[in-house]
Amino acid sequence: MALEKITSITGPAVYVPGNDIDTDRIIPARFMKCIVFDGLGEFLFYDVRKNADGTDRPHPLNEARFKRATILLSGANFGCGSSREHAPQAIQKYGFKAVIAENFAEIFLGNCTTLGLPCATASREDIAKIAAVVAQEPTTDVVIDVVKQEVRFAGQTVKAEVRASARDALIHGRWDPIGELIDGLPAVQTTAAKLPYLAA
Amino acid sequence: MRKSLFEKVWDAHAVRTLANGQTQLLVGTHLIHEVTSPQAFGMLRDLGLQVAMPHRTFATVDHIVPTDQFAEPYRDPLAQAMMEELRKNCASTGITFFDRASGKQGIVHIVGPEQGITQPGTTIACGDSHTSTHGAFGAIAFGVGTTQIRDVLATQTMALGKLKVRRIEVSGKLLPGVYAKDVILHIIRTLGVNGGTGFAYEYAGELFDRFTMEERMTVCNMSIEGGARAGYVNPDETTFAYLQGRPYSPKAAQWDAAVANWQSFASDPGCHYDDVVKIAAADIAPTVTWGINPGQAIAINESIPDAAKTNVVDEKASIEEALAYMKLTPGAPIKGTKIDVAFLGSCTNGRLSDFQEVARFLKGRKVAGGVKAIAVPGSQIVALQCIAQGIDKVFSEAGFEWREAGCSMCLAMNPDKLIGDQLCASSSNRNFKGRQGSPTGRTILMSPLMVAAAAVTGSIADAREVFAVN
Ligand code: SF4
Repeated sequence: MALEKITSITGPAVYVPGNDIDTDRIIPARFMKCIVFDGLGEFLFYDVRKNADGTDRPHPLNEARFKRATILLSGANFGCGSSREHAPQAIQKYGFKAVIAENFAEIFLGNCTTLGLPCATASREDIAKIAAVVAQEPTTDVVIDVVKQEVRFAGQTVKAEVRASARDALIHGRWDPIGELIDGLPAVQTTAAKLPYLAA
Repeated sequence: MRKSLFEKVWDAHAVRTLANGQTQLLVGTHLIHEVTSPQAFGMLRDLGLQVAMPHRTFATVDHIVPTDQFAEPYRDPLAQAMMEELRKNCASTGITFFDRASGKQGIVHIVGPEQGITQPGTTIACGDSHTSTHGAFGAIAFGVGTTQIRDVLATQTMALGKLKVRRIEVSGKLLPGVYAKDVILHIIRTLGVNGGTGFAYEYAGELFDRFTMEERMTVCNMSIEGGARAGYVNPDETTFAYLQGRPYSPKAAQWDAAVANWQSFASDPGCHYDDVVKIAAADIAPTVTWGINPGQAIAINESIPDAAKTNVVDEKASIEEALAYMKLTPGAPIKGTKIDVAFLGSCTNGRLSDFQEVARFLKGRKVAGGVKAIAVPGSQIVALQCIAQGIDKVFSEAGFEWREAGCSMCLAMNPDKLIGDQLCASSSNRNFKGRQGSPTGRTILMSPLMVAAAAVTGSIADAREVFAVN
């Protein structure tokens, strides 16, 4: 399976401030009553974006000037909570192509990588710098360079780390591991045969 | 070389190293449920792939099932559709499905152990974050996303990076009225909600040696809330005694060999740990959350934090955010906070011993006026055991609604939901904003007996006082 080599992502960004933004916040559980992921994008951050009657609440994603953003900026421990892939799926289906945060919850990061959605970590100060530029000039192109592990915007460059295994997978076009896992099937049988509970 | 259980299990299941440096890890047991698996089966069909080891995959239905309606079709057509999709996917691939008709249905993390599917020295994956529960048996159990469910269905493996191991040693004995739930809330409070990032937690020490399997499960269950990808307890006689005679446990002729094999996976004395944390059991009090993540917890006799008392910018902001959402007063005692709902159940505290312990004290007491109290057994088997012991009656007579097995109000994907900004005393594991079904609903996490104390007094209370526990 030939996958796209994801070496960089370029696009406008939007800053959704806050630490410990959990997967229930990203996609409330009631929207998980589905058997396909299509259509999840519109429910991204639903309960913080909408009032009970469906009207908009103040939220960066509701601002017209950020509607075209493809890079999501946030705080620490982004994506904590549930293992639901509905969260990265909602982010991707909404139109985001990458996330920059101070750090990410484990399962969330793994889920994103498998979808080809790079998660880059930057310092709080640097995220604030990007956010400040974006707030002033929402059309600014922000470039996440996965290879060089940096973010460039409005003539500035800051460091942005991508976890080694994720970075390798993204830039070599093997972020979806299924092909490689299938190649390993003969070896799987050998390993399984050595385990009494599987051999039985 | 001396190795920890984590390393032994990892090494025994490592198939090969992948190009990006991750390991292709064999998943011995795959558990699935209706919420996260249908899309994975869809991906499998799109790719034209088969289920590699259907006999090592087990399914149940838990999140969406109504707890007040047994017969299908369910009132909620989406819930019915998810139920049918799982049934169809299992039937067409030869996967065992513990549906309601089997009498073995329940929350996936309760069913696995109950059936003897969860065993020491194994790897387990499930598209559910609380899969860490199974670590109580000395298994390495990972919660995974839907694409990884696809990977496991198709290859019985997944790509994973190795974790570090932190040993958390709890010495001594718990004081009366203090439970396993308080232990894990205390650990998360101490180490932080992301303190476990990159780690598997090994729970050890006198306290865990004495703990029952159900207590160990309660602790391992919430490892993920502390940021750890997995949590486990080394297998011992308690583990083996629990497993003996269960439907999927090794039969008599294989039993001794199985036990010897299981024992060989326990961490070697003196093996290397990346970190060691020591806690004294006597320092742990009945603990309740006050905020919007499980680490925002205090002992029942402490006051609600005050943002004005800290100079750490982050802490200030998160206290303010949490208290604004929870509508609690900074500096006030948490004790006495009025509740609207009491929820007893979930994969953290929906097992027989949880209901037994509460019933012991609840007998003859009444739920306070205006409080909606529901008791939801974690599985059909737990429900039957409770009924056989008359526990359901104790609950109904006290004014609890006694329900059918499922996840229920833990995340409210079924009809059990908070309304508006109702405040719920809950034995579940997450107090995130909107977790229990209402975008403004509020959750305070605590042990089952503390939920009962809140139910009978109508407010957050110290169960030791309410029930004269000593
Ligand atoms: S009881 Fe709650 S935490 Fe456990 S599996 Fe069900 S929804 Fe998830």
